[in-house]
Amino acid sequence: MRMKFLALAAVALLAACESTPNDAANGANTGAQQTSVRPGSAEDFVVNVGDRVFFGLDRFDLSPEARATLDRQAKWLQTYGSVTVTVEGHADERGTREYNLALGERRANSVKNYLAAKGITPNRVNVVSYGKERPAVVGSNEAAWSQNRRGVTVVN
Amino acid sequence: MTTKTRLLLKLAGATGALLLSLGVAAPQEARAELRIDITRGVSEPLPIAITSFAGSGGRDAQMGADISKVISDDLERSGLFKPLDPRGFLQTPDQLRSGEPRYQDWKALGAQALVAGNTTTGGDGRMKVDFRLWDVAAGQYMQGLSYSASPQEWRRIAHIVADAIYKRLTGEDGYFDTRVVYVAESGPANARKKQLAIMDQDSANHQFLTDGQTLVLTPRFSPTSQEITYMSYFNKKPRVYLFNIDTGRQEVLGDFPGMTFAPRFSPDGNKVIMSMAQNGNTDIYTLDLRTRRQTQLTDAPGIDTGPSYSPDGQRIVFESDRGGTQQLYVMGADGSGVKRLTFGEGRYGTPVWSPRGDLIAFTRQRGSSFAVGVIRPDGSGERILTEAFHVEGPTWAPNGRVLMFFKDLPSGDGRGRNAKLYSIDITGANERRVSTPVDASDPAWSPLIP
Repeated sequence: MRMKFLALAAVALLAACESTPNDAANGANTGAQQTSVRPGSAEDFVVNVGDRVFFGLDRFDLSPEARATLDRQAKWLQTYGSVTVTVEGHADERGTREYNLALGERRANSVKNYLAAKGITPNRVNVVSYGKERPAVVGSNEAAWSQNRRGVTVVN
Repeated sequence: MTTKTRLLLKLAGATGALLLSLGVAAPQEARAELRIDITRGVSEPLPIAITSFAGSGGRDAQMGADISKVISDDLERSGLFKPLDPRGFLQTPDQLRSGEPRYQDWKALGAQALVAGNTTTGGDGRMKVDFRLWDVAAGQYMQGLSYSASPQEWRRIAHIVADAIYKRLTGEDGYFDTRVVYVAESGPANARKKQLAIMDQDSANHQFLTDGQTLVLTPRFSPTSQEITYMSYFNKKPRVYLFNIDTGRQEVLGDFPGMTFAPRFSPDGNKVIMSMAQNGNTDIYTLDLRTRRQTQLTDAPGIDTGPSYSPDGQRIVFESDRGGTQQLYVMGADGSGVKRLTFGEGRYGTPVWSPRGDLIAFTRQRGSSFAVGVIRPDGSGERILTEAFHVEGPTWAPNGRVLMFFKDLPSGDGRGRNAKLYSIDITGANERRVSTPVDASDPAWSPLIP
């Protein structure tokens, strides 16, 4: 429950100070909470590393921004070697329920595979797809959709 | 995961079957028989007079009136019938019970068909309902049937009578004695609570099957038993499950290493076909419910999902992005002989084979525009029935004449969208909202109740 709250708080923070999703994770580094979080905690990961990457419409390849975020995630996971994570794959609302479940799984695996290539043992990374069931931003416009096509790394 | 199972009706089979017997007189074929041709799309619904099934009085009278109302509403909702206002009727149910209709009186009202019936309760407490159907223009008796059942089953009796009238006048099986399972939705859009719910096709006898603690999706009816297959996020592990409607028992199906989803039963009810996603690749599998054997049917790279059997069980339609975009494909039941079905502009998903075998319904997406349509299994005759942002997920009435689907509508606060159920004739006519107590998606129509 606590982790969920922190994740939501981080989203609100990002939404407030950033205009595009790809900048969001980087921008979080400047957050005022930086000093108060415990290194190695889920909050540290969300605020100081960036927990999410974004995808193009119907895409599951990683943009340069996404790779930069995942590089930081990999580094953090190497530092805190006992932490395991779950990568949640999400899709925007355009697309059928079943297809979006499969697409979310693809996106989560893109993240997992990238982390694995950066030396993170696959058994530390669980994946789950939520398809279009759990939008981060409610709305039927590109601003919402672009935030919802995402892979979110959640510290277990 | 707790489950509330509150069956309001004890269904036939549990308490003794509904008894069906032929009525007093054998139906006589009229020369130019009253018949609705439902293959063309009906522009003018058939005017039909349905008199009260009131019995001798008291409790039977009220139940008889209620039965007439359910029959009338069923026929009206089909879009093929126009029940006439009973206030204009000149002949009483008593007069019809004892003798011939005064055809001239009914003709004067514009009625083309006339239904009269009666409800009585026997000494054993069982209810007896009989009805007769006349062709008013020809002055001809068409059909008479009699049913007996426990009084709690009065709505089912009414649906069965409506099915009999529908069948006599259209030549097609009815679909009123059926139920719908769907996903009931509530709460905020980013943390939507989703529960399995079930109701009669006319929205009566609604009940929730799960409590909403766990996200559930895409329920589908067994063609042969009181069971549903669906997807659940129980323990945050998305898998296909089996739900027994009578007992409330839920069990995970198969032992798969990855997410399983998009389940449907085989027509004989012995298998569940589904997708499994693993390492970014989604393929189609079957699970034999008796032997528990898992069989992989596709192994193309990409997303193969949404499988649905033909009614003879020989073929499977599914969606795949193996050709670059999501399109429909047909293959043999063993996974052989894959052929692409759709080549149209846009993306095609959620295929579902009609119980009649003649059509496959689908969801099509072009950009942000969604449509529900049908196509023949040979790839010809593609037709769009309804279009909106956004419609999705058609399911067939057991007679293959009507589809139900869900439609997202802008929510009251203008921020999100709320899903509702709709039905539509396969001609594209008669699109109607199907009433549910809360928001609703992923409908699945049951077979005719045995």
